Order: sequence, then structure tokens, then C-alpha cells
Amino acid sequence: MEGFMYPNEVELQWSVLIVLYPFLTGLVAGAFILASLERVFRVEAVKPTYRLALLTALAFLIVAPLPLQLHLGHPERSLEMYLTPHRASAMAMFGFVYLWYLMAVLLLEIWLDYRRDIVLMAQSSTGLKRQLYRLLTLGSYDISPGALHVDDRVGLFITLVGIPSAFLLHGYVGFIFGSVKANPWWSTPLMPVVFLFSAMVSGIALVLLVYMVTCAIRRTTIDMNCLDTIAKYLFYTFVIDFTLEMLDLVHRIYEADESFRSLDFMVHTRLFVSQIVLQIFMGTLTPLVLLGLTQFLKFSEQIRKRIYAFAASLTMIGIFAMRWNVVIGGQLFSKSFLGYTTYKMAFVTREGLLPAIVLLILPFVILYVLVKILPPWHEGNVATIQADGID
Amino acid sequence: MILDRRQILLLLPAAAVAWDFVLAGTPEEAPNYNMSSHWWGMLLDITKCIGCGSCVRACAMENDVPDGYFRTWVERYHVEDWHIENPRVDSPDGGKEGFPASGMTGGKNFFVPKLCNHCTDSPCTQVCPVGATFHTPDGVVLIDYNYCLGCRYCIQACPYGCRFFHPERHTAEKCTLCYHRITKGLTTACCEACPTGARQLADLKNPKDPIHAFLKDHTVQVLKPHLATGAKMFYNGLDGSVR
Repeated sequence: MEGFMYPNEVELQWSVLIVLYPFLTGLVAGAFILASLERVFRVEAVKPTYRLALLTALAFLIVAPLPLQLHLGHPERSLEMYLTPHRASAMAMFGFVYLWYLMAVLLLEIWLDYRRDIVLMAQSSTGLKRQLYRLLTLGSYDISPGALHVDDRVGLFITLVGIPSAFLLHGYVGFIFGSVKANPWWSTPLMPVVFLFSAMVSGIALVLLVYMVTCAIRRTTIDMNCLDTIAKYLFYTFVIDFTLEMLDLVHRIYEADESFRSLDFMVHTRLFVSQIVLQIFMGTLTPLVLLGLTQFLKFSEQIRKRIYAFAASLTMIGIFAMRWNVVIGGQLFSKSFLGYTTYKMAFVTREGLLPAIVLLILPFVILYVLVKILPPWHEGNVATIQADGID
Repeated sequence: MILDRRQILLLLPAAAVAWDFVLAGTPEEAPNYNMSSHWWGMLLDITKCIGCGSCVRACAMENDVPDGYFRTWVERYHVEDWHIENPRVDSPDGGKEGFPASGMTGGKNFFVPKLCNHCTDSPCTQVCPVGATFHTPDGVVLIDYNYCLGCRYCIQACPYGCRFFHPERHTAEKCTLCYHRITKGLTTACCEACPTGARQLADLKNPKDPIHAFLKDHTVQVLKPHLATGAKMFYNGLDGSVR
């Protein structure tokens, strides 16, 4: 501790788990928005990642509330947020946004998109697998062209509703922080917009990486047109995100209100590595330059793949650092602006590094299971081959 | 009635449970207290505070405040000449045991007692996801410990650093303005313990309360007025350096 903190401020209230929470929801929103490009805007190039992006979004959405649950003093009371919500609370309303997004958008869209495959797999598989797919059909076995057409139309409608919902999902996470007027590091109307664009950046980068890794595991050729298109979207979204973040920074520096000296000190000391080095130079400027180069210069496929993988990995680190700087950074200085504290992360505690690592790995385990149950690729898929035969 | 051995064995555990309640006592009722007739606040006179820490100790004893956490505390300010933006502030153990000599010469020194401001438009009640923290009709902000999730959003939202996370109860915690006392016609523990009268409980709805005459004759201020929280802790002699 340095300088003066109000006595109750010495202890940090929101730990690395709360850093994870906006990071995970951001990945969900970003992955979904990328998926909807194909569906709504007919960007055919990204089609190979459509289903993969949806499953990725679902895997991360399932894990997203877990860090919150682990963080609560009374996790057994968490359902009260749905049963007796306080309507003036941003956090309470977020519970409904989350539920809406999970139940009405993501699950429904995935089910509609996979319905034909599920029915066919229920018919072709045996034993337990058959029971599982029969359950997943929800009793709906009609895969006539007319029924599939209805699926398609409803699916399109859900995607149309889903895009603003995804915007709402992550914009709202930004609002949870941006509306805290007691904390000048958080309190800015730009926060929801910055969170939204950084979410899109991280989600697109994640799907790009997942697509490359799954292709490598399955030993299939990467669709370079798809990869180039995703990288292009990543670059453009990143430019907007970076511009917004710089606008916020420049505004703070120029306005230099009562909190400025305190925040400025923090950026130059306690947050120097996470903000200047990791977030801005390593996690933003470097991938921006690399992705920018691929837009203007011609590289071979091999080099492009490497650049994309490297840039997307750095992007993920950068966005995680951004979440860290918001959540942890916002608690390192006193609301008296006269002192600073430090965050000591424990390892094997309920809110320590170990559970955070587990929660970061868990979505990939869930994604693996989801991919096994609902294969997102068309080639080699028994149900698809059969269905193509039927068609 | 004669009880056999079997009946005694059955009754013993029930009696043990009942005895806990006997020891805990029945909560006192305040049948004559009418919530709508009061609007509580407090007057804190910086010119009278001597930094003895009696208020902090009294609060800790009265409310069983865990060590290292504070429902109320006292800050010592040292302001050099015109540097009101750079005061030197300390509050060792919340000023519980008073303050050691500062050794600083020149400038001015004064003490500032702090506690929950029981704001009319409190940011903490606004953000609570389940409404576990709430306003009473008589202007006090309280927490329902049986309902609080322990999400700590309210602690983040309080601009004055008045809330903390109770290490045993695992809920948010803060000053209750000794609600259990004031509803029975008593004053708060901190006000009662203050040897100089630097803290005075005020009923803003009571026209006979001396607060009204005091507010008329003195220049008082609330903390961080720019945040428009409707704070009801009124400070007399508040220096511009106080945060």
C-alpha cells in the first residue's frame, strides 16, 4: 500500500475471476457475431466456421457464469437474482440478458441449424448414442423440405434477433462497470462500446484460432479464403476498437480531472506491464501491424497462416490484459485519489489462479464434447452424407 | 407429570435447541416508534473532533465489528499552506486507538470522522441485484444479511469506502446508524461515546431537533457533493482538501 486508502479499501473485492467473466462473455458475443455474418450478411467465405463459431459461443457461454458463482459470498442465493430481481440494478438485469441470450438465441439457433443432422443421427446410431440424439430431437422428426425451410426461416429470424442480443450481452457487461460513478477508471459512457468492440475482436480471434487448430487436428486443408476473410474482419474491428480506446485515453489526458493524476500514476507504475506492454504494444499494436501488413502486402499461404495465428494469439492476450486492467486496475487506487494498493493473487484458493486456469480450459473441454456430439463440419459427417443422399 | 427415561432422552436435544434461543434473547420491540415521523442524519463537527478514537471503539464494541474493518473511522489531515489538492492523510487502524504525534510542523491539522452517509440517492442500493440493501422509510440504508448474495457490487459503488465484506458472514457490511438503538429513542454508539459532541445524531423531520438551528447558523457541507448521492452526514468546518 502506498499513500492513503480508506481503511476498508485495502482489500480488493473483485479478483481474477471477475476478470475472466467479461473475457468469457466477450468471446461469446464475438464468436456469435462472426457466425451471424454468414447467416445474415451472406458472407459465404466464413461458412466453414459458422457452426464452429456457434458451438464455441455456447461452450464459453456455459462457463461464463461460473466465475461469478465461485466469487459470490453466498452462491446458494444466486437464483434470487432471477426470482426477486432489483430492477434498478445493472447486474440483476444482466442475469436476464444472459438467460435470454442462452435460451432464446444460442440454444435455439444451434438446435434449428442441427435439427436435420440430429434426426438423421438418431435414426442411424445405436445404443446410448441413439437415446441422446432422440432426446436432442425434442420429439421433432420431420425433416421434409418444407419443415427444413421453416427451420431456415426461423433460424434467420433468430440470428437477426441474436445480433442485437449479442451486442446487448457484452455492451451490458461494459455498462456494469461504466455506470459506477464512484470509480472514475470505470465511469465512462464509452465503456459499453469499448467492451462491445473488444468482445468482437476477441471472439473473432478465438474462432480463427479454433478453426486453425481443428483443421490441424483433423488434418484437413484450411480454407484460405475463409481464413483471409476472418483476418480481414479481425483487422477492421480491431481498428475501431483501438480508435475507441485511444479516444477514451486522449479524452482522459486532455480533460485531466481530479482523478487524472492518480490514474496516470497507476498506468506508469502498477499497470505499466499489463496496460502499456501487454495490452497496447503486444496485444494491440503488434497484431494490428501484422494484420495490416497482410491486407496490403502479398504473402504466401504459409506465412499468412503463421501471421494470423500469431496475431490472433497476441490479440487474445491483449484483450485479456484489457479486462484485467479494467477490473483489477479499477481497484488499485483509492477513491480518495490519495493512495494505491496492490493485488496479490493466490494460487489454490476459491478465487485464486488455479480455478481461473481451470475455468479457462473448461470451455475447450465443453467445446470438444459439443463437437463430438454435433460435428460442425460437413465432410465426413455420416448424417450429412446420408442427408445429401436423401436430398 | 412424570417423565420416563425415554421421554427425557427425546426432550433433551429439543431443550438444547430451545436454550440457544433463550440465550439469544427475544429482539426488543419498539412499539412506539413510527418510521414515517423520522428522517435520520448526523452532524459531524470537524472543529470539535480531537481524534481520540472513542467513536471507533464504541462502534466496534456495539456492533461486533471484526478487526481490520470499519463501520466508522477517523482520518487525520495535514494540509500545507495552499496545497489543498495534496493533503497528507493517515488513519492508523481507523484511528481506533487515537493518533501518534505526526511530527509535521506548519500547515494545519484536523480530524475527519467518517461513516456511511446514508445517502438519499445511494449508489449502493441502486446496484444491489436483489435489493438486499435498502432504504428504510426513516432514511437509513440497511442490509438484509439473510438475503445478500455477497457479490460486492455495492462495495464498488460506494464512493466513500464505507462498505466492506464481512469475513465471517460473507455478506456486505456497513454502518446501520445503530438502527437497533435509534428506534428505541437512544442515540448511536459513536455519538454517545464522543467526548466533545463532535458527532450528533440528527432527526431532520423533527422541527425541534437542534440540527435545524445549527444548519441555519453554520456553513456545512457533505462529502463529494458533485456525486449527487444525497448524503445525510453534514460536516461543519469541512476543509476543501477532504476527500
